[in-house]
Amino acid sequence: MAATDHAYMRDAPAQLLPAPVASTGVLGWVRANLLSSPVNFALTVICIAAIVWVVPALLRFFIFDAVWSGADREACLPSAQRPEPGACWAFVRVWGSYFVYGFYPVSERWRVDLFFALLAFGIAWLAWLGAPRRDLGAIYFFIVLPILSYILLSGVPMIGLPDVPTSLWGGILVTIVVATVGIVASLPLGILLALGRRSAMPAVRLASITFIEFVRGVPLITVLFMASVMLPLFVPDPFAPDKLVRALIGVALFASAYMAEVVRGGLLSIPRGQYEAAQALGLSYWRMMILVILPQALRVTLPNIVNTFIGLFKDTTLVFIVGIFDFLRTIEAARGDPHWATPVTSVTGYAFAAVFYFVCCYGMSRYSRNVEARLARAQRR
Amino acid sequence: MADAGMTNAAKPSGGEKAQWAVEIIALNKWYGDFHVLRDVNLTVSRGERIVICGPSGSGKSTMLRCINRLENWQRGRVVVDGKELTDDAKQILAVRRDVGMVFQQFNLFPHLTVLENCTLAPIWVRRMPKKDAEELATRYLKRVRIPEQALKYPSQLSGGQQQRVAIARALCMSPQIMLFDEPTSALDPEMVKEVLDTMVELAGSGITMLVVTHEMGFARQVANRIIFMADGQIVEINEPKAFFEHPQHERTRLFLRQILH
Repeated sequence: MAATDHAYMRDAPAQLLPAPVASTGVLGWVRANLLSSPVNFALTVICIAAIVWVVPALLRFFIFDAVWSGADREACLPSAQRPEPGACWAFVRVWGSYFVYGFYPVSERWRVDLFFALLAFGIAWLAWLGAPRRDLGAIYFFIVLPILSYILLSGVPMIGLPDVPTSLWGGILVTIVVATVGIVASLPLGILLALGRRSAMPAVRLASITFIEFVRGVPLITVLFMASVMLPLFVPDPFAPDKLVRALIGVALFASAYMAEVVRGGLLSIPRGQYEAAQALGLSYWRMMILVILPQALRVTLPNIVNTFIGLFKDTTLVFIVGIFDFLRTIEAARGDPHWATPVTSVTGYAFAAVFYFVCCYGMSRYSRNVEARLARAQRR
Repeated sequence: MADAGMTNAAKPSGGEKAQWAVEIIALNKWYGDFHVLRDVNLTVSRGERIVICGPSGSGKSTMLRCINRLENWQRGRVVVDGKELTDDAKQILAVRRDVGMVFQQFNLFPHLTVLENCTLAPIWVRRMPKKDAEELATRYLKRVRIPEQALKYPSQLSGGQQQRVAIARALCMSPQIMLFDEPTSALDPEMVKEVLDTMVELAGSGITMLVVTHEMGFARQVANRIIFMADGQIVEINEPKAFFEHPQHERTRLFLRQILH
């Protein structure tokens, strides 16, 4: 072809070629993700070494050398057959019901089990996006369930459920109650506070800002102390709410201040045009918020909301400071039991706590990622 | 006809059937110290189609947005269909129910399908049963020629399609007046025509229209009157033929030379 010949026309279609082997399949993945550069290669080697070093030791301690049954500390002490005993799961098995129920009377524990089942049912109904009648599910979860739970757990002697004072509650029961109340109350309260902070009415705005900044400015422990120590000074004794209720209120208000800022971040991300389009259609303020703005804002901010939930879930351990026996506190109490005084008791107890918190928090995290992926698929195809 | 609404001192009329669709009386608005609308007076009769043009920053969009109170003002009065817009929130909602608006950026609700975008306001504002609202929406989506997209989300549509959905969404409220704020400015060139065609067809239905646009072909074809604004004032109002052939004001002549090349 002459150098001056600029015109070009393809006379046959270009061949469709398969991708090079090295860029697809397992081999391609390994090359791209593990061995793509010297630094990457070094990191891969270090990680494999760390895994080889740590994982077998962990497996040995928590599973292969672990003691699974026994009546007291003898089983978990070093002995001739077992010079280096692993985790003392026998301890967890014996104390397990205390970790779940605290001092809740043994004869009434079915009520706690029923509560767990009702709660799990409600969560499943709401969390499963394809579930039938999720509107009924919401009514069940936000109205029926709290009333039922209160009747079940606190007891109504008139219908044959003896009173169980909250001082007897403990363990996972308390952790779940505090976390659920905190999570369920903080989202709507946080939304109201966030809207209040952006309100056109100065009084509402000032009140919201004051509340949010004040609560965010003090540690949760302070809020709990205030709720449990200061409140009774102002409220005469017969009217003073129960100790657990005071802690619940403290946790809920604390979480709602954080939630308010998370939701406000979401609201800020919604373009002004969305507000204007909703207003131009004649939607009132609340309809605009509920139908147009909040669905988008909450969607944007879902990862942050779940992040706050996870933080709150772990913060519930702080209620031990006002004398409430949450899950972690029951483990603390049990590991001091002289019948189980062994070198591995504390480690086992804390490992058990870690597994429980991890399962709950990771569950929330995975669920939110599923929802995000689902929402993303629905909207931007 | 051309001068029908030019009387500056028009009185707002009360009563059941207002004489004018829109009356703007001595409207003044400031953004901070910037005087964005300067003594704007305009009356629009029912069924009239008005095109508003002018250089950017001339206050044309601001004036349009005062008609459904998306913008507030400091001095002057705006009366829509006999209802004066004051701080009374109920009155504002009542006016907005009967005034449809189409935005430059479409502003469809991205979390709702096309159909849900159209049925939202009829269901929640007009209290229409869902089934009726969907029938209505389907009818208007047919009218803007995209019924087959009803179950898609806005992000799956082209700009032109989105803007036609926005028009259908506004029409679903059966408005007396339609406001268009540069409806084709954000569109790719090849999509401008489909939106303009929809608007031309709508113009034939007798609805009152106020359109801020630079599409002079559309203005010539559809408008009863053309308003030229500059520096926050109405500089010239005339019927299209006279407006294009014999612009009265030097500012208008300059503007027309610039946009018509």
